[in-house]
Amino acid sequence: MATEELTLNIGPSHPSTHGVCRLVVRLDGEIVTHVEPVIGHLHRGIEKIAENRTYLQVVPLTDRLDYVGSMYANWAYCRAVERLAGIRVPERAEYIRVIVCELQRIASHMMGIGSSAADTGATSAFLYAFDQREKVIDLFEALCGARLTYNYVRPGGVAFELPDGWIEQCRAFIEQHPSAMLTIDEFFFGNAIARVRLKGIGVLDADTAVAWGVSGPAARGSGVDWDLRRDDPYSVYPRFDFDVPLGSNGDCFDRARIRLWECIESCRIIEQALDQIEPGPIMAEGLPRLLAPRPGDAYDHIESARGSLGVYVVSDGSPRPYRMKVRSPAFCNLAVLPEIAVGYTLSDLLVILGSLDPVFGEVDR
Amino acid sequence: MTSFLLGALWGVVGVVVIAGGAVIGVWWERKVAGRIQLRYGPQQIGPAGSLQMLADVPKLLFKEDVVPSGADKPLFKYAPLVVFAPVAAAIAVIPFAKGWAMFDTAVGVLFFLAVPSIEVVAILVAAWAQRNTYSALGGLRAASQMIAYEVPRALSVAPLVLLAGSLRPTDLVAAWRWWWVPLLALAFLIYLISSIAEMNRGPFDLPEAESELVAGYFADYSGMRWAIFMMAEYGAIITTSLFAAATFLGAGWPFDGALGVVALIVKAAALVTLVMWTKWTLPRIRQDQLLRFCWTVLVPAALVQLAIVGVVLPWL
Repeated sequence: MATEELTLNIGPSHPSTHGVCRLVVRLDGEIVTHVEPVIGHLHRGIEKIAENRTYLQVVPLTDRLDYVGSMYANWAYCRAVERLAGIRVPERAEYIRVIVCELQRIASHMMGIGSSAADTGATSAFLYAFDQREKVIDLFEALCGARLTYNYVRPGGVAFELPDGWIEQCRAFIEQHPSAMLTIDEFFFGNAIARVRLKGIGVLDADTAVAWGVSGPAARGSGVDWDLRRDDPYSVYPRFDFDVPLGSNGDCFDRARIRLWECIESCRIIEQALDQIEPGPIMAEGLPRLLAPRPGDAYDHIESARGSLGVYVVSDGSPRPYRMKVRSPAFCNLAVLPEIAVGYTLSDLLVILGSLDPVFGEVDR
Repeated sequence: MTSFLLGALWGVVGVVVIAGGAVIGVWWERKVAGRIQLRYGPQQIGPAGSLQMLADVPKLLFKEDVVPSGADKPLFKYAPLVVFAPVAAAIAVIPFAKGWAMFDTAVGVLFFLAVPSIEVVAILVAAWAQRNTYSALGGLRAASQMIAYEVPRALSVAPLVLLAGSLRPTDLVAAWRWWWVPLLALAFLIYLISSIAEMNRGPFDLPEAESELVAGYFADYSGMRWAIFMMAEYGAIITTSLFAAATFLGAGWPFDGALGVVALIVKAAALVTLVMWTKWTLPRIRQDQLLRFCWTVLVPAALVQLAIVGVVLPWL
């Protein structure tokens, strides 16, 4: 029988593209024979705009990169600027950064797990995850007044001191969080339909993951044992005791489920940080109003919820960055999609996309 | 002439019952889903949000009737009616009380199985008329799924017919004994599963899978035409639940008369709730898995059930 391939444009506005991504898909029946992500619908030229802003004015721009994990972009940028300008960050500020970023990891992973659930049609599991995310967002709102774009981590420290009672609220959250994760594990990952939908789908082997620069949970799901918090320690991470969960099969199931264990590890880190944190200044002293680092360049990277997030900043001695470049984990992770999605069905394609958990603010920048 | 008028009257009653049931069903589904998803569902209008439909129905009625420019206009416009009509027709043969159905016919069971499946044609027509890739894919999925699941569905009802020795639904009710429930437990389960697949509900809602096909075969429908699709879906839930309650679960048993009708409706409502509960708890299955499940699990299981009934029948 003569058959013809069907070309389907998924997106840029589609319930499952997690933002504005367009996928040009060729289908043979329901089988995907070719897939090409067309990116750039959310390109706002953030790296270019940064060249016309002072160093402090760039921080809110970084919020708009990975808008479900703004704290990371804030922090990665600030670390690069601090390295460039030689600023020493007070210890309390480092602890606060670790705490908010681990909370951010939880909030972001709730989005990742939730979208894996929603892509397979489990809308209730999605809302269970979002219930937890909501609690983290409430903590951030108490901290800095914003629920999505925080502008909280600033070059030299953090913007605000922890409000009264915040530490107790945070402890209450991390106490209930692991059991909520186990509930989701049982409710969604334990479900027979979810298992057949996720297991063995979109298999990414470790070598391909490394070759394509995949990082974060997407790579660790394939057994790539790489986590910057442990392997290139920064800030106060060496003081904490935590494990890096690893998957073995590199399928959607491992990629999605590993996020669940990472959240539980994040709770361990936050708990230790809350125990160790001591009073002190939260902003480096003697900072000029207008930062103008000496000419030079600096690169720094941190482990964001999506992988290795790096920021490269070049200074020409003026109060504005000469060039800023973001190494975006979401971009690199998305690039591997055509490698792993061909041969699966249309239903699987969107599950695979969701398991890579791209955020298009960061892909397109 | 009288029989024609009577038929028309019952037709109107049937449509009103289905439409009213759909409106209550939407409200109830939103409450059930809210309960499962750590939220309340509608609660602002009327007690427990029960008058939400008063806001929803006029909204749908007053919406602009959009016909996509590339669509096949007549087919696009009339397909929803052809989707709804056979589903509503199925209510005619349901035995609401002992010896009474709107249309008490000797082939009622066949009518109930065959007439609603005309819906497949209408769904394909609607999907094709929109000239939209997503809806075409949804329509194809719906067609393969609904045709495949007809088989286990019909096979699961066959043991009932065998036990009662009649295709007349009212005879099934009259012949029903309590021990049919344990004997036909497997058939009942198969009937429920294949009915859920037949009406494209979760976890078998692939034809309208939001995360893949946006809205599947009714992607480009809006306003009242979209609402007719929804009504057809709820109509299918209501009629299949009523039929299961009447035949598998003994209709009004243990009561008679008016109380029996109430008992039947309560049983059907429980089944409707079960269908909704299933949808909001389970993820969605994939097309190939869905069809494999039908042919390798449901059909053999239904045949086993039929064989069991066939073997025990001579001793009853």
